[in-house]
Amino acid sequence: MRLAILDKGHTVGSKVLFAVIAAFSGQRVVDAVKLVMYRPDFYGTPMKKLVHEAMRGPSAWSVADRELMAAFISKLNECEFCIKAHGAVAERAYGEGSTVSAVLANLETASIAESLRATLRMLGKLTREHAVDADDMRAVLAAGASREQIADALAVGFGFETTNRLANAFEFFVPGPKAFEAGAKFLLARGYR
Amino acid sequence: MADIREARAAVVRRVLEGDGESSRVQRRGAFDDAELAEPLGTLMHKVALHSSRVTAKDIDALRATGMSEDQIFELVVCAALGQANRQYETAMAALDAVSNGSEHAPRDSR
Repeated sequence: MRLAILDKGHTVGSKVLFAVIAAFSGQRVVDAVKLVMYRPDFYGTPMKKLVHEAMRGPSAWSVADRELMAAFISKLNECEFCIKAHGAVAERAYGEGSTVSAVLANLETASIAESLRATLRMLGKLTREHAVDADDMRAVLAAGASREQIADALAVGFGFETTNRLANAFEFFVPGPKAFEAGAKFLLARGYR
Repeated sequence: MADIREARAAVVRRVLEGDGESSRVQRRGAFDDAELAEPLGTLMHKVALHSSRVTAKDIDALRATGMSEDQIFELVVCAALGQANRQYETAMAALDAVSNGSEHAPRDSR
């Protein structure tokens, strides 16, 4: 973590909470948690509410699909922490790991629904080029995604286009697989609130 | 359908208009990826468009100007949210253009 305040500048109450989490999970608190717990009124509290709605709110996309979108966007933004964190949640939510690894390796050949593939393709263009146009949206609709599904995917995009940038700029520490497994269990059970 | 309208407005309003260690003008400039004095401009632009290329040196350069870590924290958050917001709004406008929907008047109701 490039800013010391994000690593060790939390209130005493937050530090106690970190110690409790570490004791229960056997893992050190990850930097994503430290970020949202630092001066939470400024960013963490309002952003957690947004991300929870995007990732766990009502949607025709499954939780697994939305976590896959998060991992996919993170890959294009070259955010190692977020790829591993949300790849792990998506794998757990799908009940297997092959879908996530196949999509991250090659979106065009992965065995997924065409509506999901087209949505990920559009999200990928938005991430790489910072813009999409009406033709891009027509292609997603033609592949079978509804307007509401596209809007839901863009909500996921808003959350992770933000989070990836912060993880990269502040240089989140990337822990080992056990930490991401513990994080995935927590995020599936409790969400982002 | 997930509904982030209120939450998005709330987080943007908070970082831009609420209290902070950096000025509201600085936060708005970071959010908009506007022309900013160096070395702030370089860091904010990298956060917006090439965040994986941000280095410790970029952050150190701001510290060397006397900027506090709290100010840097706030401005990086604003730059990240601003770019995400631009992309979201561009994409929603494209979607509205082809589906006759509007984020402010969704066809479905919850």
